[in-house]
Amino acid sequence: MQVKEFKPLIVAFCCNWCSYAGADLAGNNRLNYPADVKIIRVPCSCRVNPMFILRAFQRGADGVIICGCHPGDCHYTSGNYYTRRRMATLFSMLDFLGIERERTRLEWVSAAEGAKFAATMNDFVEQVTALGENKRLEDLRCKR
Amino acid sequence: MQTITRQTLLDKAVSLLNSGAVTCVLGWKKGEFDYDITPAIFRSAEDLEANFVWNDFCGANFSKYLVAKTDRLDGKMLVFLKPCDTYSFNQLLTEHRFDREKVYAVGIPCEGMADIAKIKAITGDGISSIACDEKISVTTLYADAPVVIDSKDVLLERCENCKSKKHVAYDELLCEEGETIDSNRFDEVARLEAMTPDERFAFWQNELSRCIRCNACRDACPACTCEKCVFDNPKSGVENKAPANSFEEKLFHIIRAYHVAGRCTDCGECSRVCPQNIPLHLLNRKFIKDINEFYGEYQAGEEVGSRAPLVNYTQDDIEPGDVFNRGGDNNA
Ligand code: SF4
Ligand code: SF4
Ligand code: FES
Repeated sequence: MQVKEFKPLIVAFCCNWCSYAGADLAGNNRLNYPADVKIIRVPCSCRVNPMFILRAFQRGADGVIICGCHPGDCHYTSGNYYTRRRMATLFSMLDFLGIERERTRLEWVSAAEGAKFAATMNDFVEQVTALGENKRLEDLRCKR
Repeated sequence: MQTITRQTLLDKAVSLLNSGAVTCVLGWKKGEFDYDITPAIFRSAEDLEANFVWNDFCGANFSKYLVAKTDRLDGKMLVFLKPCDTYSFNQLLTEHRFDREKVYAVGIPCEGMADIAKIKAITGDGISSIACDEKISVTTLYADAPVVIDSKDVLLERCENCKSKKHVAYDELLCEEGETIDSNRFDEVARLEAMTPDERFAFWQNELSRCIRCNACRDACPACTCEKCVFDNPKSGVENKAPANSFEEKLFHIIRAYHVAGRCTDCGECSRVCPQNIPLHLLNRKFIKDINEFYGEYQAGEEVGSRAPLVNYTQDDIEPGDVFNRGGDNNA
């Protein structure tokens, strides 16, 4: 039997104003990052609520990363400050339930940081690959 | 045993009702069994005399009932509040969930309420009647003599770790002003934090898989007052218990706890009403403990109008990635 190499599915929520543009820049500069990263564009990082993240895991994500403007630079002034509090408490709760803390991450990526975007994604994919498949937050009904 | 008597509460209620100061009373009455005392609205002195109950099983927190029950009320409603109930009362006022003018709040002392699960663990099933006096005496179908239990030995978890005997809201107080208590309520959370992730996962899998999704924890929670709840959406895929699938229960419990994070006063109603005895308070307390550690001590409901930590921020809050690098127990 042939063992298939594990390729994680990563969902990246990127805010429209900084991180999505950062991803664009990474593309324009021909910087490589794995195609397993699926970007979902959101108006602001604070648009992401905990349900989005759990839903992503439910539908088969192995890792979820949220990217937004650097603190102080949010297009809506303070959105990412709320994001920071929400994710700090949520990630800590996931950890409390025994779900691997390496599966979630929050990063600040500006529109000028194409290189940081690519590096972050490479690093995150590597980290999640090392963990393997998401078992603890999987939904059997959604298995393909 | 409770220090304040049923008669004192009854006299108070009857006199306020007769004087016209209030038009109805939110109190406790007997449920199907002696131990499932339920909230009830009384409109006459006769009804009160006949059915009003006050004993070691009056754990129900009335604050949430004010939202629905005072909505179209003419005049005022008398409500009896134990110290922990007053925190929920304030929190609901902060969120503008009921009209303070329509409520006459009477603060009453509480010596801690009994946990029927702990009583059943002693007496076994088949309880036919319970009498609360100085001690609790339990008559069962299978024993000849009643079993006599000291209420102090069978307190609800929330009462064992009572955080405050102080009433933070009232119009009238039927006891001395109490004090807040330095309880050990975060010890169990810390114990779990010190475990390995695998152990924690096993612990919660074991607890949460017992959930039958009756939604009682949500329904009883004074912070869960949304008119439309995410978990009532039939398209959500998590509106019922999903057979042979643990995702539903995890999603429900994470989101339920998260929705009240920063607003939960730690009143303990969720764990009290859970028919499966799932320690839901541990999820809420994890959030409270984290919030205290990350953003400074905060007690929801302590004062009306305070800004909940998750709808607030400072420019130099801790980064989620640094949460696990603080050292200490959490760094397992
Ligand atoms: S679980 Fe969430 S949506 Fe449902 S009532 Fe509670 S706070 Fe509202
Ligand atoms: S009260 Fe208990 S059994 Fe019912 S939904 Fe809540 S946790 Fe599940
Ligand atoms: S717009 Fe980028 S984080 Fe708010």
